[in-house]
Amino acid sequence: MVGWWGRRWLSDSAPQPGRGLSPPAPEAPLRALLSLDRWIEVVELHRRHPLRTALTAFSVAWGVFMLVVLLAAGQGLENNLRWSFRDDAVNSIWVWGGRATVPHDGLPVDRPVQLTDDDTALVEALPESGAVTARFIPPSQSISRGSRRADFDIRATHPDHQVIEGTQVVAGRFLTRRDLDERRKVAVLGLRVAEFLFPDGDPRQGPIGERVRVGGLAFTVVGVFEDAGGEREMQIVYLPITTAQAAFGGRDSVNQVMFTVGPADIDAASLAASERAVRGVRAGLGGLHRVSADDRGALRVRDNLARYADVQSVFVWLRGFSWLVGLGTVLAGVVAVGNILLISVQERTSEIGLRKALGAQPRDIVLMIVQEAVVLTTLAGWAGLVAGIGLVEAARRWMPENDYLRDPNVELGSVLLAAAVLVVAGAMAGLVPARRAARVAPVVALRSDG
Amino acid sequence: MIRLRQLDKTYRTGGRPLHVLKSLDLDIEAGEAVAIMGSSGSGKSTLLNVLGLLDGYDAGAYHLDGRLVRDLDEPTAARLRNELLGFVFQSFHLLPDKDAVENVALPLFYRGLGRAERNRRAAALLERLGLGDRLDHRPSELSGGQKQRVAIARALVTEPRVILADEPTGALDTQTSAEIMDVLGEVHRAGMTLVLVTHEPEIGARADRVIRLRDGRVVGA
Repeated sequence: MVGWWGRRWLSDSAPQPGRGLSPPAPEAPLRALLSLDRWIEVVELHRRHPLRTALTAFSVAWGVFMLVVLLAAGQGLENNLRWSFRDDAVNSIWVWGGRATVPHDGLPVDRPVQLTDDDTALVEALPESGAVTARFIPPSQSISRGSRRADFDIRATHPDHQVIEGTQVVAGRFLTRRDLDERRKVAVLGLRVAEFLFPDGDPRQGPIGERVRVGGLAFTVVGVFEDAGGEREMQIVYLPITTAQAAFGGRDSVNQVMFTVGPADIDAASLAASERAVRGVRAGLGGLHRVSADDRGALRVRDNLARYADVQSVFVWLRGFSWLVGLGTVLAGVVAVGNILLISVQERTSEIGLRKALGAQPRDIVLMIVQEAVVLTTLAGWAGLVAGIGLVEAARRWMPENDYLRDPNVELGSVLLAAAVLVVAGAMAGLVPARRAARVAPVVALRSDG
Repeated sequence: MIRLRQLDKTYRTGGRPLHVLKSLDLDIEAGEAVAIMGSSGSGKSTLLNVLGLLDGYDAGAYHLDGRLVRDLDEPTAARLRNELLGFVFQSFHLLPDKDAVENVALPLFYRGLGRAERNRRAAALLERLGLGDRLDHRPSELSGGQKQRVAIARALVTEPRVILADEPTGALDTQTSAEIMDVLGEVHRAGMTLVLVTHEPEIGARADRVIRLRDGRVVGA
């Protein structure tokens, strides 16, 4: 008689095969990891200590938040620094004359070095030089048209100045070689100058072909330009250097020589070419002016590429620093997660023992704890990520323009990397408590029975 | 179903070694209900742990369901426990955050069954044990007798070969104890092999056979 109970009271379950043991096929670890069931189980566990879970989650979220904000601030600083380089050719070298600071060739110190057309020619002859221009700044001249008169800065240059300064001609043309050769009385006006002198009509097309007076001389306007460098750069009048030298008593003197070297890439080859060019300039000009090639007071040379590379290295350092600090904070959160889980494992010794008694494999227990850690860090990290990106987006929208940060931003790659770091760190955080949990002997755990 | 031959176990924790099971011989047939009795320190808990594959032994042989179980690694022991054994404890050991159905379904989780199927089987079993209206109650919302019924359902849900019950009525009043013993009696009548550890003579009296332990030896069968 079997009674109501029956060996097969679950009538639809397959009959147990007699004696033979048929252990359940162990789940493949990957399948176990993907099993929604296990994740649900884990999420339920976190509900047991909501405050504790929330505080731990906050420490992780804060870490990620800091990481995002730091990276964005770093990017903002970097953008700002880059922006300050925006209007000039990065791969340029600028040369000024100064005063001798060391005796040379039997000559005393404090002799002034006045650059001339010869220096420009010498730079043009350098194998490294690309675009070359000199700048002659004549004594202050007032600029007028009819009754309108004002003082604007005058730059007398070569045509290549346009390349080096990043000048954008919006009407007409810039200076040409022919303007220089023929010492034409032509002028290219900054947009603000054009607006001042031609208050009626289109300040771009209107002035072309018109006459303006520079000092006492009439010049024909051939172009109007804008400059990304800002307001000041648009309050300038460009004249052919030869014309200005002759008209304003410059003879063959120039105030500054500027030239480009190679492409604007920051690589070893470009930096080396730039350095060679600097050495060439120093040697050549030192010979011409009878000063020491190493006299930094007499020959003032600015290698913009090297400066830019220096700034670039600051960016790299800054980014590394952001990651270091941010990850450090995340790590502190992860350690907190590990700590909490360690306590939790201790509290749940009996539960873990029971689970093992009921057939949980050590692997099941490890997976359970690691999943708890991953769930906690991932959800908390995600919250921190969203909050951080939210703040950054708000800053982009509402932060007034300032001298320190420009367009703060976090790259998608950085975000994804941070997310990956979180999941891995979460798993690591769970590993120590998980191993401890797996070592719980069921017999010890269930001994509370007495 | 269970056969022990010259089983020896010594605990070597701390100071001097403690010889708990001494050359134990024991046979329990399929379908039998056996009570293991003895005073505290007689070795009955250790014996139950060995029978339950929760602990190993030093010498001798233990055959469970025709298979020699010796020096099992942990995963194998866990699998065999899940497959062959059902446990009922004195203090129930239900998970407080899970309702009755989920508690009963837990062993099936470790067997890799889907959630719906697990819960369906657990609910069916609980209904047969008279807890149909308590399916979604947590342990804190259940009486002692109801908790132990849930625990018995959890032991049965895997269709084990043997139920091992460690003082199953130890935490219950007389009335409830009788009810739980009735339930276990039904399980036994349905053909289940039952091993009860108890120190209460009236519980032992309901078994087919009483095995008395003293100082790690069987003193009367």
